Amino acid sequence: MQTTAVNGANYLTYQGKYKGLLGWILSTDHKRIGLLYLYSIATMFTTGVLLGLAMKFELLAPGKTIMEAQTYNSVFTVHGVIMIFMVVVPGLPAVFGNLMLPIMIGARDVAFPKLNLLSWWLYVAGVFLVLAALLFGKGSPDTGWTFYAPYSFKTGTNMLPAIFGAFVLGFSSILTGLNFLVTIHRLRCKGMKWMKLPLFVWTLYGTAWIQLLATPVVGITLVLVALERVFGVGIFDPALGGDPILYQHLFWIYSHPAVYIMILPAMGAISEIIPTFSQKHIFGYKALIASTMAIAFVGYLVWGHHMFTAGMSGTAQYYFSLLTFIVAIPSAIKVFNWISTLYKGSINVQTPFYWAVSFIFVFMIGGLSGLVLGALATDVHVHDTAFVVAHFHYIVFGGTGFAFFAAIHYWFPKIFGRMYDKAWANTGWLVFFVGFLALYTPMFYLGMMGMPRRYYDYLEEFHGGNILSTFGSWVLATGFIIIVVNLVRSARKGAPAEANPWHGKTLEWTVPSPPPVLNFDEEPVLGEKDGPYNYE
Amino acid sequence: MSGEKHHIVPYRLYFVVLIALLALTFASVWITSIELRDYTVAAALLFAIVKSYLVLNYFMHLKYDKPYIKIMVGFVFAIFLVMIVITFLDYLYR
Repeated sequence: MQTTAVNGANYLTYQGKYKGLLGWILSTDHKRIGLLYLYSIATMFTTGVLLGLAMKFELLAPGKTIMEAQTYNSVFTVHGVIMIFMVVVPGLPAVFGNLMLPIMIGARDVAFPKLNLLSWWLYVAGVFLVLAALLFGKGSPDTGWTFYAPYSFKTGTNMLPAIFGAFVLGFSSILTGLNFLVTIHRLRCKGMKWMKLPLFVWTLYGTAWIQLLATPVVGITLVLVALERVFGVGIFDPALGGDPILYQHLFWIYSHPAVYIMILPAMGAISEIIPTFSQKHIFGYKALIASTMAIAFVGYLVWGHHMFTAGMSGTAQYYFSLLTFIVAIPSAIKVFNWISTLYKGSINVQTPFYWAVSFIFVFMIGGLSGLVLGALATDVHVHDTAFVVAHFHYIVFGGTGFAFFAAIHYWFPKIFGRMYDKAWANTGWLVFFVGFLALYTPMFYLGMMGMPRRYYDYLEEFHGGNILSTFGSWVLATGFIIIVVNLVRSARKGAPAEANPWHGKTLEWTVPSPPPVLNFDEEPVLGEKDGPYNYE
Repeated sequence: MSGEKHHIVPYRLYFVVLIALLALTFASVWITSIELRDYTVAAALLFAIVKSYLVLNYFMHLKYDKPYIKIMVGFVFAIFLVMIVITFLDYLYR
């Protein structure tokens, strides 16, 4: 499996047709595009974090603290739009999929490099459209990131650019998914059979199918909202004979599978990190693949659990509740397999490992609290309360976010050819983890006690929990600053990294750090006994 | 990839398919002049399905592709169908 080192320039220093900034924003190299996504998404994530901090500061005390109610509505809407459409949906696939997928399957690039660059440009266009909605027109969108009908076409705020921005971002996601599907089908190196694919690649494959099939649904739905708003066509507006619940169906047909777009690659990254830092073959390789595809498939069919209190029929409610419980099974299979991999492994406790095990911890809490929401009776009690916000953030931030940090600490030496300061990295993880628990855990309690979500005010009895939660947001932000400063500094001044510092077995660890422009001198060939997790 | 054979479709077949698509389009407009009540949408969808079948098979070459590509496309339609059925579980019993 070893390939010879390339003497030529690596992808970071390579000078092609264009130089300087143009050499990056016009590059079709999958690794450069991955880094473009990393920097773009990190910028948007920081923006989203700042909005989140502002929200938590507002909730520090009952009544107005730092902003008006209308401003609060806009802040949580923009926070949601940025974090969902610009951070967690593209997050792991666009960054680490681009950076690592071709190398992990022994290819020189993705199947359609120009389309790949177009995906990033569409992402940037979508970002600017949404930002335009914030800065120009009649005020920032205030509907929540779900753009629910009929409010999304009744509100006087600046909805059209935001909707169009989300539509364009969807196109970016579809093109990335299409590219990865074809790449995985057609560009695997010799000997890289389906049952030898790294699990991160398998999860990107499942994700790509969801991106390709589910995203157009939200695209056309948002177009219908725009038509409703501009021409009053009467599809969702009950005053014109439309059905607002139809909007919710169409929106969640995409947006629930979108949760799996977020979480599947996160699970894939964890499935790479756990065996590497256990120096042990992954437990249940085929079961993990089956669970990935099962999540991708069943995840299409559970969207109605977001609508239990919306006035949906009882028959549909039973059905959606049942399937929601079924989708928990493949998720649990993954957790059991990760823990079984750790059992009797040669555990190497490093920063990516800390992130990975804390991912399992918070994902378990997020997943189990999801069952409370999937059950019809208990959902009625906690629907639209802070409980839902806590569950969602445990899954998406604790799941996808923690996996993202795990992945960046895992592949950082490969991406930049330098190693980060491990002591600061561990400190950053610890502070972030404590802040995360303090920020979101009180919200479970607050929701159970009846505090609604999306309110800028609350009753005095919820004050204690909100103080703890706001304090947690400051601790989390401190951890985030430590992590970012350490990584940014290390990317420039860190000690040179080895080609394989963690002793991984997948193909990316066989090429120099940072990888050469074309990844491999010669196409690698996998023998019968080669495999991604052959540690024995 | 280089060893794969590319099926060359004669222009005549493309032309026949084009004529069929145009005829079906006119037919789908014509059928609205007949009062079919609840079946109006079903009739329009029927024409759309036949047209999609022709486009997929002949213009997009699915007819000449490998079986696994056909299975993948079939899977996509199956997902779509399931989504429609589940959505109507709400509408029929609401």
